[in-house]
Amino acid sequence: MPNFGFSIHSPTHIDLDKNYRTIFNYVKVKEPSIQKCIFCGSCSATCTASNYSAMSLRKVNLLLHRGMVQEVRSLTEQCLLCGKCYLVCPRNVNTRRIILLIHEALKMPLS
Amino acid sequence: MKFDWFVLPFLSGLSFVTVYTSVKFYRWINKLSRGEKALLKKYIFSRSIWTSIKEIFSESLFHLKIFKTHPLLGYMHASLAFGWFLLIVLGNIEVKFYSEYSINPPYVPIFLNFFEPTTAPNFFGRGFRFIMDFLLLIILSGVALAFFKRFVPSKFGMKQNMRHRWFDRIAIFSLWFIFPARLVAESLSASIYHNGSFLTNTLGKMMSFLPAETLLYPSWWAYSIILGIFFFALPFSRYMHIPTEVLLILMRNAGIRSRYFSHPYQEVETEACSRCGICIDSCQLTSIGYAIQPSYYLRTIRYNELHREITDNCLLCGRCVEACPVGIFSTDIRRHERTLQHEMRTVKFKFNQNKFSNTYTEVLYFAGCMTHLTPGIKKAMTTILEHSGYSWQILDEDENICCGRPLLLAGQISAANQVIIHTRTQIEKTRAKILVTSCPICYKTFKENYRLNMLIMHHSQFIDHLYTHNRIATQYRNVNVKYHDPCELGRGANIYVEPRRVIEQIANLLPSSSEKNKAPCCGGSLGNTMLQAEEKKLIAKRALSEMNLTSADLLVTACPLCLKTFSAVSSVSVKDLSQLVAENICEKIPNNAQKIHKAVETL
Repeated sequence: MPNFGFSIHSPTHIDLDKNYRTIFNYVKVKEPSIQKCIFCGSCSATCTASNYSAMSLRKVNLLLHRGMVQEVRSLTEQCLLCGKCYLVCPRNVNTRRIILLIHEALKMPLS
Repeated sequence: MKFDWFVLPFLSGLSFVTVYTSVKFYRWINKLSRGEKALLKKYIFSRSIWTSIKEIFSESLFHLKIFKTHPLLGYMHASLAFGWFLLIVLGNIEVKFYSEYSINPPYVPIFLNFFEPTTAPNFFGRGFRFIMDFLLLIILSGVALAFFKRFVPSKFGMKQNMRHRWFDRIAIFSLWFIFPARLVAESLSASIYHNGSFLTNTLGKMMSFLPAETLLYPSWWAYSIILGIFFFALPFSRYMHIPTEVLLILMRNAGIRSRYFSHPYQEVETEACSRCGICIDSCQLTSIGYAIQPSYYLRTIRYNELHREITDNCLLCGRCVEACPVGIFSTDIRRHERTLQHEMRTVKFKFNQNKFSNTYTEVLYFAGCMTHLTPGIKKAMTTILEHSGYSWQILDEDENICCGRPLLLAGQISAANQVIIHTRTQIEKTRAKILVTSCPICYKTFKENYRLNMLIMHHSQFIDHLYTHNRIATQYRNVNVKYHDPCELGRGANIYVEPRRVIEQIANLLPSSSEKNKAPCCGGSLGNTMLQAEEKKLIAKRALSEMNLTSADLLVTACPLCLKTFSAVSSVSVKDLSQLVAENICEKIPNNAQKIHKAVETL
């Protein structure tokens, strides 16, 4: 078959029943306040790291739910842990601890 | 050679302690790096060793710092330590009057009344027996106080006692029983041989109804066994601090500090902690029910227990370090352990390098992350800078950058270094003369980690500088103000005077019982990642009640984070120092006119 230079996207379908939730569960057990998040985006709006990167805690939480580890890693590594997100959070989610726990989980051999 | 079988428990215990301690000391010193060893060696053979010897006497034996905490508590510790020390030293001198040998085995002075039952019939003989009785009485009073302290710590200036483990309890009880056992043995001996003084003779007479001859020998055995138990328990219990504190003082004065987790200096610190529990009262997390204070934390390190959450659950406010009578830098230990837990070596930041201005101004203002959340401070600083007459600019006007301290406190050193290098490049590009920051957290980092070639000032220092150079003038208001020392500015950077001088220019500064190095933390500290928001609020409320704001109209602080935390819970209005100045700033008036103005106002 002649090659026309076209290809098909790899499937981006996310199966919410089967996706990788290990990191999310690890964080959830140690810091239950992550479940209080209402995805309002206040944290992303104040984020110091968002000046130079795509870091957004709201997005991180969403990606955690979807089990997209690589994206979570590349985002959370840009965090400066300044804690502004914690101060503005209307739901009092302990954001700095969540980032540290994600780092911890990413260092574990399974992930 | 004088000998009896009953000295064996004592003698074996003593030799065990000696051997164990020497091996430990040798290992610690051996583990130091070559430079540190040289430092220690140089210090020991220098003249400044005398300050250490003085400190060993005043702190290890006399416990001067505990006297300052509470006199009765100080007396309790000093009577036991200094009293016992004198008992041993004078006992060794006393032996010289009885023995023909110049060197005696160590048990002879301890059991002198057994080996030399008849008092030397001269002034010195009787005098020494009197002194020994007197010292024993002082130590016994210390033991009695220690006993009562278990039940009523409040009488000793402490809110609560340390909760000890069973092994420590064995050591404590054996220590408590040493001296009553000695008293009993010497009194029985006095009732037979009349070789005591005011205490033992009297007690001996009172015990005359007992069969003293049959009880005397077992009582010496009991005394020796209790000593033996204490010595065998010493290296594994809290009492290891007795020998270790001496080494700690030497190392600290030689300038050695722990640089990473389980550095030998830190191991010395962990064993030098006597778990006296003074840090427990100073810690603000005690009241919300966390046992994370240095006493407990160092214990978990020493016995290799799991303590991850304890390490992270600390405000790093430094109140425990100020209170510690031994001088242990427990916050440093925590930071080093966090590095072990949270270090991320894969982090690579991609900062925008060329987004910042490089125009030259005299003053460079760095607001800092937290100030961006309290824009009132930034606005106030803008007003002050306008009036100052300096040319100025804001470094992080819309492009917010971090100083790197949050990462440092969380233990991510390699990431923090990248941030520091980036921010330093931005600051140096402007070639400013003075760097002013509103945030004590940034200030401390600039001072300690940046090696900048310019004057670094916290805004309280800068405003004070403006006053002394007569660059701004303010109106005097008749309001009562209390000042809260932020942790990082006060205990962290030792700035207490300047903010107070500034406030006194504008308002009445009220004194507070908990200020300067005893000031409470607002609870919002970046050092803690474990606390929930409700707990932080509780800490802030308790800090406010500790400062007692009933007579104050206004609470002034000098940290954006403290301002934010306090204003959420305070009934009194809270302001930053810069806001207070900016609100009362007036157009500059010449010196004389200002004086007249003041005189008119007082009329």
